[in-house]
Amino acid sequence: MTDVAQSSSGAYALPRRRSKLEKLIQNVSFWRGVTAVIVFLCVWEVGSRMDEWLGEAWTVPFVGLIPPPTDVAVAWLEVLPKAGYWNSWYESFRRVLSGFLVAMALGIPFGLLLAVNKYFRDLFFPPFEILRPIPPLAWVPASLIFWPTNEMSIAFVTFLGAFFTIVINVLGGARSIDVRYLRAAQSMGASQWHLFSRIVLPATLPSIFTGAAVGMGITWEVVLAAEMISGGGTQGGGGLGFFIWNSYMGGSLTQIVVGMISIGIAGFLSSSAIRALGDWFMPWKRMF
Amino acid sequence: MQQENSKGAAAASKDYAIGKSKVELRNVSKSYGEEWDEQTVIEDISFELTPGDLTVVVGPSGCGKSTLVNLIAGFERPDSGEILLDGKRVTGPGKDRMVVFQETALMPWQTTYENVVFGPKLRGDMRGKELKDEAERLLAKVGLYEFMHKYPLQLSGGMQRRAELARALINKPSILIMDEPFRGLDAMSRGLMQEFFLRLFEENHRTNLFVTSEIDEAIFLADRLVILSNRPAQVRKVIDIRLPRPRHYSMLNSQEAYDYKREAMSILHDEAMRSFSSTGVSSDFTENYTAQPNA
Repeated sequence: MTDVAQSSSGAYALPRRRSKLEKLIQNVSFWRGVTAVIVFLCVWEVGSRMDEWLGEAWTVPFVGLIPPPTDVAVAWLEVLPKAGYWNSWYESFRRVLSGFLVAMALGIPFGLLLAVNKYFRDLFFPPFEILRPIPPLAWVPASLIFWPTNEMSIAFVTFLGAFFTIVINVLGGARSIDVRYLRAAQSMGASQWHLFSRIVLPATLPSIFTGAAVGMGITWEVVLAAEMISGGGTQGGGGLGFFIWNSYMGGSLTQIVVGMISIGIAGFLSSSAIRALGDWFMPWKRMF
Repeated sequence: MQQENSKGAAAASKDYAIGKSKVELRNVSKSYGEEWDEQTVIEDISFELTPGDLTVVVGPSGCGKSTLVNLIAGFERPDSGEILLDGKRVTGPGKDRMVVFQETALMPWQTTYENVVFGPKLRGDMRGKELKDEAERLLAKVGLYEFMHKYPLQLSGGMQRRAELARALINKPSILIMDEPFRGLDAMSRGLMQEFFLRLFEENHRTNLFVTSEIDEAIFLADRLVILSNRPAQVRKVIDIRLPRPRHYSMLNSQEAYDYKREAMSILHDEAMRSFSSTGVSSDFTENYTAQPNA
């Protein structure tokens, strides 16, 4: 044991610590990803400009109808300085976040209660299972009638999108804890509260974050759809969904693509944030 | 190494007073399932864990050894009969009986050190510097001092088992229960762990129950060998293993060890064959086996 420690710290100099940026630049996978994106953009560009260069007969199906990335980039540069575009980002993010956070705040304790308490499970699991298969968008008409404002309907539907997924993941995770952890803790004198806080909760964290990641994806889908359905107006308007819908109504194909890619980026940012949070909360998973 | 040895010697004298308990099993039976589909796992088992001895239970796989462990540890109750720890009836789990489980039951979300201090910290019966010193002493003893801030998944299989030993020992159990603890280790680590465990046991002769399905491991470690039958498990035979201590691996090659092994093997073999022929699979298997000329 001691020999190993000596040889690693004494005889050989440890390699210099590299900064995060350095690691990224030296990472082969990173450059592979960059290359793939560039190739994808090139193929798209060429595909959509074929008819321009070689005549109508050379129109590539599907891709030929989509504006090329250079046109999209130009359109993007046009909307970038506009407050309306950033307001769409803000509106969508605000809706996603509020729906998502409420779903987490209610879903995690609800899922844990279902998992640890048999009476609670017997009472609440059947109605939950009947409501769960209803797609969030099927709730839209009812919630438009039920909630006084469009905004509240959107918030409610968004919440539903994430809630069911989070609950079912938390429940599944908490129910599949290795009984040996609980038994080991019991032998060592753990109370019910200890079992919950020291075993059930940390053991369920991975499932909580899986639920959060999936739930976040669903939230974006629901928010975008809800924004398109509610359509403009001062009430419940705006957002990236409305931005796309508005571009469609205005017949601006390039701007539709700008909106779509914006959503892609927004989703990517959201899931990166969840992954970072997960890494922070679960240091024991970070080594892999 | 020198330092670890002296630490070990100090530990031996310190732990000597504890771990000399006696466990008696009296006509213990356990079944699972509904009345119409009852599976008796353990049938009328009686034997003793004598104070200061390493009792090894061997039996065919699936015979109910783990159930026996669960009963003694108090995770489950017997349907009939009773289990006495120093004359007092066992009614639930307690820190006087520490279990080292199959594979590993270290909590993956805690570092090795956090795993070791888990029990005392929960109960609050040791804290601050005292707890830290004791945890570090035990971690040094099992050779994990330098790895105490690693997570279990960063340790090798053998290291995980040693960490688990430290986690059990810090609770000062009066008996240590090991449920096939070295299962899943490669042959090399398994051999090393057996010798390590023997040294640990021979330091202070803590009352110990060791469950295994490996006959060589059983004879190498045991003071007494309890051989179980097929499910429902009954005690087939109790053999006192009189190989001298401290044990050494080469003793397994002695005539004495060989005789023990042959005796145990013949009982286990009969049991294994019985379980084999009671299932429909066996005839298919033997037919296939004989049908293949190259098998």
